[in-house]
Amino acid sequence: MKKELVIIGGGPAGLAAAIAARENGVEDLVIIERDGRLGGILNQCIHNGFGLHTFKEELTGPEYAARYIDRVLELGIPYKLNTMVVDLTQMSGLVQQDAADSVVSEERVKAADNAASGVHDVRKLVTVMNREEGLYTIEARAVILAMGCRERSRGALNIPGYRPAGIYSAGTAQRYVNMEGRMPGREVVILGSGDIGLIMARRMTLEGAKVKLVAELMPYSGGLKRNIVQCLDDFGIPLKLEHTVVDIKGKKRVEAVVIARVDEHSRPIPGTEEEIKCDTLLLSCGLIPENELSETLGVEMNSATKGPKVNESLETDKEGVFACGNVLHVHDLVDYVSEEALQAGKCAAAYLQGRHSAETVGKQIPIRAVNGVRYTVPASLNIDRMEASQVVRFRVGNVYRDAAVEVSFNGKAVSSRKKKVLAPGEMEQVILKKQDLQQFEGLEEITVSIRQA
Amino acid sequence: MTDIIVIGAGVTGCAVARELARYDLSVTVLERASDVCEGTSKANSGIAHAGFDAVPGTLKAKLNVAGSKMMEDLSKELDFPFKRNGSLVLCFDEGDRHKLKRLLEQGQKNGVEGLRIIEKEELKELEPNISDDAVAALFAPTGGIVCPFGLTIALAENAAVNGVMFRLNTEVQEIQKIPEGYRVITNQGTFDSRVIVNAAGVYADRFHNMVSGQKIKIIPRKGEYCLMDKKVGSWVTRTIFQLPTKYGKGVLVTPTVHGNLLAGPTAVDIEDYEGVNTTGEGMSDLMKRAALSVEGLPTGQVITSFAGLRAHGVTEKEDFILGPVEDAPGFFDAAGIESPGLTCAPALGKYVAEMVLEYLPAEEKKNFIAVRKGIPSMALADPEERQRLIKENPLYADVVCRCEMVTEGEIVDAIRRPLGATTLDGVKRRTRAGMGRCQAGFCSPRTVEILARELGRDMAVIGKNDKGSEFLTE
Repeated sequence: MKKELVIIGGGPAGLAAAIAARENGVEDLVIIERDGRLGGILNQCIHNGFGLHTFKEELTGPEYAARYIDRVLELGIPYKLNTMVVDLTQMSGLVQQDAADSVVSEERVKAADNAASGVHDVRKLVTVMNREEGLYTIEARAVILAMGCRERSRGALNIPGYRPAGIYSAGTAQRYVNMEGRMPGREVVILGSGDIGLIMARRMTLEGAKVKLVAELMPYSGGLKRNIVQCLDDFGIPLKLEHTVVDIKGKKRVEAVVIARVDEHSRPIPGTEEEIKCDTLLLSCGLIPENELSETLGVEMNSATKGPKVNESLETDKEGVFACGNVLHVHDLVDYVSEEALQAGKCAAAYLQGRHSAETVGKQIPIRAVNGVRYTVPASLNIDRMEASQVVRFRVGNVYRDAAVEVSFNGKAVSSRKKKVLAPGEMEQVILKKQDLQQFEGLEEITVSIRQA
Repeated sequence: MTDIIVIGAGVTGCAVARELARYDLSVTVLERASDVCEGTSKANSGIAHAGFDAVPGTLKAKLNVAGSKMMEDLSKELDFPFKRNGSLVLCFDEGDRHKLKRLLEQGQKNGVEGLRIIEKEELKELEPNISDDAVAALFAPTGGIVCPFGLTIALAENAAVNGVMFRLNTEVQEIQKIPEGYRVITNQGTFDSRVIVNAAGVYADRFHNMVSGQKIKIIPRKGEYCLMDKKVGSWVTRTIFQLPTKYGKGVLVTPTVHGNLLAGPTAVDIEDYEGVNTTGEGMSDLMKRAALSVEGLPTGQVITSFAGLRAHGVTEKEDFILGPVEDAPGFFDAAGIESPGLTCAPALGKYVAEMVLEYLPAEEKKNFIAVRKGIPSMALADPEERQRLIKENPLYADVVCRCEMVTEGEIVDAIRRPLGATTLDGVKRRTRAGMGRCQAGFCSPRTVEILARELGRDMAVIGKNDKGSEFLTE
C-alpha cells in the first residue's frame, strides 16, 4: 500500500496534524491508532479545563477530543483503529528516476543534483498490524510521529521495598476509575506532583477514597499551579515538598509506605522517616516521550526532551519525518499540543507539495537553550522557510521569581520579557518574527535564556 | 493414596515431577502459591553456570556440569529460551591471578570443557565495554543464560500433560508418618502418599524437621538485582563475573536471554522467609560493584529491581541436601538448592527420580510425551511467521503490551494452556506482558480484563499473584 502521509497516533497531536494536512491539500493520508478509538489519553481525562486557549471554553478531555474527531470525520480523513505500528524504516538506496515517478514528486526529482541517475530515496516503510488486515507495510512519502508519552514507572524510580499489588502510575489508576468504573484503592499516597497525580488526588477523593498526602521530591511542584489549588488545596490534601518514598510495605497488597524528607541532593535524610498506612501508592513522577519507533528509524534525539530534534517545520533530521505533541516534548496543556500539531500537519503538506525541500532553502540557524532554559522546540530554524512568526516552546529547570526571558541574536540581547514566576511545571514560549531575523545581519545563533533580577 | 507427593512447584520440584512423570506412578505436586515458579525460581540470575565454581566432588559440581550439558537439548525439547553465551570471571589485581588459576583447575576437575585464561587484550576484543581495570579473566565458553520462568513453567506444563497433578494454593501444614507412608495435612485437605519429595525451597527445613530427628537448617539469603532496559542489553554479550573484590564477593553483569541487562545479586542472610523487599543500600551497593566490571554501566536505564531468596542449607560440605532422609524412609530431600540450582535442575530432577524409583520401582510409561511447544512470540517471529500466526488467530495481531509486543493471542494462550495463568504475574512470566520499560503501566488494565473474561470472573478478584494481591478494591 502507498500513502502520501502516514500519521502515527490518533491522540490530540495526530488528529490536529491530520486536519491541518488535509486542509492544506494532502488527500492521501491515514491515521494509525493502536487503541480502539480516536482521542488518545484525552478519553480518560474526564475532568474539565481543556480548551481554554483554543476554544475559550472549559471542556472535558473527551469533549475536547470530539471537536477534532468530528472535524476528522467531516473531512473524511481515513483512520485505522486497533492498529499497531510494529516497524518504521527508511527505504535504502537510490530511486531510479523512471521507477520513482509515482512516489517522488517531479519537483523533487528535478531538484536533485543528479537527476539522470536517480535521487536519494526518502520513502518510509510503516509496518502495521491489526486483526482485520493482518500485517502489512505502507510505503509513505512523509510520516508524522504523534505517539505521545508514557509515565515513569516505579522501577525506573528505584523505589525500594516490596512489590505488592496497589502500586500504579497515576494514569493507570485514572483508566481504572474513569474507563472501567473501578476503584484501584481506598487509602492513597501519591508520589510526585505531576498534573495527572494532582488530578487523580481529586478524582480518588470524589470517588470516596482517602488521599493522605502528595509527596514531591523537588522543592516545587511538577504540575500546574491551578491544579495544586483545585485538586489539593480545595480538598485539604497536604503537599509535602522535598519528600520521597523510601520503602513500600506489604507483601500481597500495599499496607504502608515510608516517606522521608530529602536534602538538597534529593537524598533521604535519616531520622525523618514517617510510615503512612495506605493500600495504594500512585506515581506521578514524570512523563517520557514514547520514541521507540523514532529510534528504530534512527531519528536524532534531544537528550533534554527525550524527543526528536526538530527544526522550525517540526521536521526531524530524517527528511519527511515530522513530530508533534508529547512524543516531541511533554506539554502542560493540550491546547499547545493541538497548536503544535497543526503546524506539523501544515509543514508536512508543504513538504509533500515540494514547497519545502532542503534544496530550496538557506541555512539552518541553531536555537540554543542556556541559563535555566532546559531546551527549545524547535532546536533550529531556517529563515527562508519559516512563517511570518515562529513559536519557540521551552521549559525552565527551576523556579524563578521576578525573572525575565531573554532572546539574543549572536549573543546580543534583542528582547526581554518579564515574568513574575517561571516554573518547571509550566511550558513557556517566545515568538520570533521573521522580519526581525531577516533584519539582523549575519545571524549565526539564537539563544533563549533566563535573566534573574 | 498417591505414590508420590512433591512439595513445592519451583524449578526443582517441577524437574523432579517431570522425571517421575515418565513412569507409571501417581504424582501430585503441592504448591502453596497460586502458580508455579513463585519463589526462588522466579527471582535469580537466570544463569546456566558452566560449573567451575563448585567444589569438586560435591553434588553441586556434578549436577551443575551435567545440567549445563543437558540444558540445550532440554530447551529444544521443551521450548524455553536458552543461550550459550559464554561467561568470564574478571581478575582486577595481578596478585589475584592464582585465584583465576585455581578456578580453572577446579573447573577442569569438575569436567567443564573449554576453560582457559585470557589476557587483557583478548578480553577487550571479546567485550569492548569491559572495565579497563580487568587484567585477565577466566573464559568459560559453555556458560549460558536461561529464562528461569520459561524453564520452570515448561517442566511443569510437560509434567502436567503427562499426568502429574498440580494442586496450587495448597499449603502444607503438617506431615505425619502413617504405615503406608505419609499423611500430608494442608489448608485444602489431607493427602496420603507413599513417598514425599521435599522441594520446598526456603521452607524445606520445616518439612524435613517434621519427619526426621536429624534436623536441618535453611537460611534465606537475600539477593537484590537491578534489571536494565533492552536498549543497553548488549552492553556485554557474555556473563561477567568477578573474583571477590575490595567490596566483597563479586556481583555479575549479564545480558538476559530476553535481551535486557541484569546486575546483581547482593548476598545478605535474613530472618524473614518472605523478605523479598529491595533496599536502597542493596541497590546502590550492587550497582557500585557491578560498575567495577564494565565501563559506563548504564545505571540510568534501570527499569525494575527485585530480590530473591537463596535457600542456603547449613551443611559442613557447603552442598545441596539431596537424597533419602535416613530416619524417614520414603522421604526425600531436595533442599538447600541454592546456586547453581537452576542449572542443576535438569540433572537434579533425574538424580532424585532415580533415587525415588529405587525405593518405589515402576515401569516406564509407553505414552510419555517428551516434547512441549511454548507460546509463540510475535515479538520474536519473523514477518512470515507473524502472518501465519495472525491468519491462524487474528488475536495475534492485537498488541496488548506495546513495550514487549505481546498480543492478546499470546495472553489468551497463556491462560488456556495446561496449568494456565490465572494471575497478572502468571501472564507476565508466560508471555512477558508487562516486563518492558513501562512496567505494565499501559497493559495491566487490559490484561486484567482479559484474565477476567477468560476465567469467567469479575475483574475485582484478579490479582497480581496470590490471594490478597487483587488490583481493584471494588
